[in-house]
Amino acid sequence: MESSPYLLEVERLWKVFLEKNSTLHMEDYLSGSDDVKGQVVAVRDVSFKLKQGEVYVIMGLSGSGKSTLIRCLLRLIEPDYGQVRVKGRDVTAMGLKELTEFRRTQAAMVFQHYGLLPHRTVLENVAFGLKLQGVKGKEREKRALEALEKVGLLKWTQHYPEHLSGGMQQRVGIARALVQNADLLLLDEPFSGLDPLIRREMQDELLRLQADLQKTMVFVTHDLNEALRLGDRMAVMNRGIFVQEGTPRDIVMNPVDEYVQRFVHDERQVALLTGEMAEARSKVSNVTPLISGKKGKIAAGGE
Amino acid sequence: MFPEQFNFHVAPYIKNFVDWLYLTCGSAFDAFTNSMLTLILNIDAVLLGVPWWVWIILVTLLAWRLTHNVVKTLLPGVLLFTIGMFGLWSIAMETLSLVIVSVFLALLLGIPAGIAMGVSDRVNTVFTPVLDAMQTMPSFVYLIPAMMLFGLGKVPGIVATFIYAVPPVQRLTNLGIRQVSASVQEAAIAFGATPWQLMREVRFPLALPSILAGVNQTTMMALSMVVICAMVAAGGLGEEVLLAVNRIDVGRGFEAGWAIVVLAIIIDRLSQGSVNKWEGPRS
Repeated sequence: MESSPYLLEVERLWKVFLEKNSTLHMEDYLSGSDDVKGQVVAVRDVSFKLKQGEVYVIMGLSGSGKSTLIRCLLRLIEPDYGQVRVKGRDVTAMGLKELTEFRRTQAAMVFQHYGLLPHRTVLENVAFGLKLQGVKGKEREKRALEALEKVGLLKWTQHYPEHLSGGMQQRVGIARALVQNADLLLLDEPFSGLDPLIRREMQDELLRLQADLQKTMVFVTHDLNEALRLGDRMAVMNRGIFVQEGTPRDIVMNPVDEYVQRFVHDERQVALLTGEMAEARSKVSNVTPLISGKKGKIAAGGE
Repeated sequence: MFPEQFNFHVAPYIKNFVDWLYLTCGSAFDAFTNSMLTLILNIDAVLLGVPWWVWIILVTLLAWRLTHNVVKTLLPGVLLFTIGMFGLWSIAMETLSLVIVSVFLALLLGIPAGIAMGVSDRVNTVFTPVLDAMQTMPSFVYLIPAMMLFGLGKVPGIVATFIYAVPPVQRLTNLGIRQVSASVQEAAIAFGATPWQLMREVRFPLALPSILAGVNQTTMMALSMVVICAMVAAGGLGEEVLLAVNRIDVGRGFEAGWAIVVLAIIIDRLSQGSVNKWEGPRS
């Protein structure tokens, strides 16, 4: 069964959002016809593959379809066409029961808005997934405490999420995902709601955890710096398609079109202003000469 | 003038239907009436079986637990004492037992129906106009068939009170279920919650403050029906009010009305206190 060397394979994935009373003719889209009025193609023919232990960053502006894409992987949004395979198992073909089982054991997700249960303590929130699986109380607590220790929240187990800062709430979200023991982690802009310093801290935390755990991650963000710091490979998404895919270094060096160029440019200017680029340099050291080489040109083209 | 040839009445059909219902299902209605009557008499016996001073102590203790405020703690007990002072104690308990049974029935059916409305848009569309009608239809209109089917006394009173009191809890349950944050629900689904688990672990507990507000409203509505219920001989404080109206006895009417208000205030404060207590550490 496990013949594929890839942990996650996404093949020709499509998602089209329909207005009321409009019907989807997938064949037309596949044969390359123009988009129908009143239909929005959120994900258009996207394919990518991830090996075990890889961190894959999907970057794009809001409305580019990246959040829809990551939701399609767990079928929180039902894709219209294409296949998602995890460890060789076809997620898109699963029945409800199998899908529930898959969500409980094979993949875990971290959300931008945390999605914590306000009426449960931190400990109960982390143990929530285990409770859904029917793990008994004692065992549940033990495993939840282990996960909370990993994110450094042992002191806060009995507090309610509202008493925690955003960064801490997201740590709870990460602990809740870790406790599932799934190989695949999906992160949907997990740090976008946090202020820059905390964001940096959380990124470091994630890198530290990743060095230890070697999960396979799909990480969605709109922040190039974040992508540079975290990604082994990345894709830039615009209007539902992957406009460019490669290592972060490739993308910064050779933006394929204006969209990517602009992305890299704006983010780079911010990075230069705030001096954050030094950090990024130490992570992706090969990029450095090129960025400084292009600096003059960008500045000239800018204002 | 509206042209006469278009005149058409549904009244005879409705009358025939109720007659038919009475003739064919009479024994079923009788059985329902009897079981309800037994229930309400038992509750009445329990309420009267507890001595008056125990009630006052209980209410005071509960108020203290909920408020920790001297005035708010002592007031319910003092108000309750005035009911006994006016010689209305057993009559007030009679009213209370009627309210308890009606509210119990209203919650038993209203909360599940409200959940169904919250989950399904179709159920929502069906129930909404029914609830509107239940709230706006003058209660005398359904008091007549209720009297025919359930006889005179407490049971038609319960039925009428039920009809009038169900809408708030059902609506607020619906609202509560619908207002649960989409991102919390999405996270639960992503972690493998089945629809049943989603309801039990996420939607219902998060809707609970709204549902409890509905319970409070339903209880208040039920209390406001006591005078109308007295018209079908349901007894209790409503009857005192009716008698006072018939005799133009202002003082007696005020005493009975005062007792109703006192019951309402005590139930309202204590139940709201419990709601706040429940919400306290979480929101």
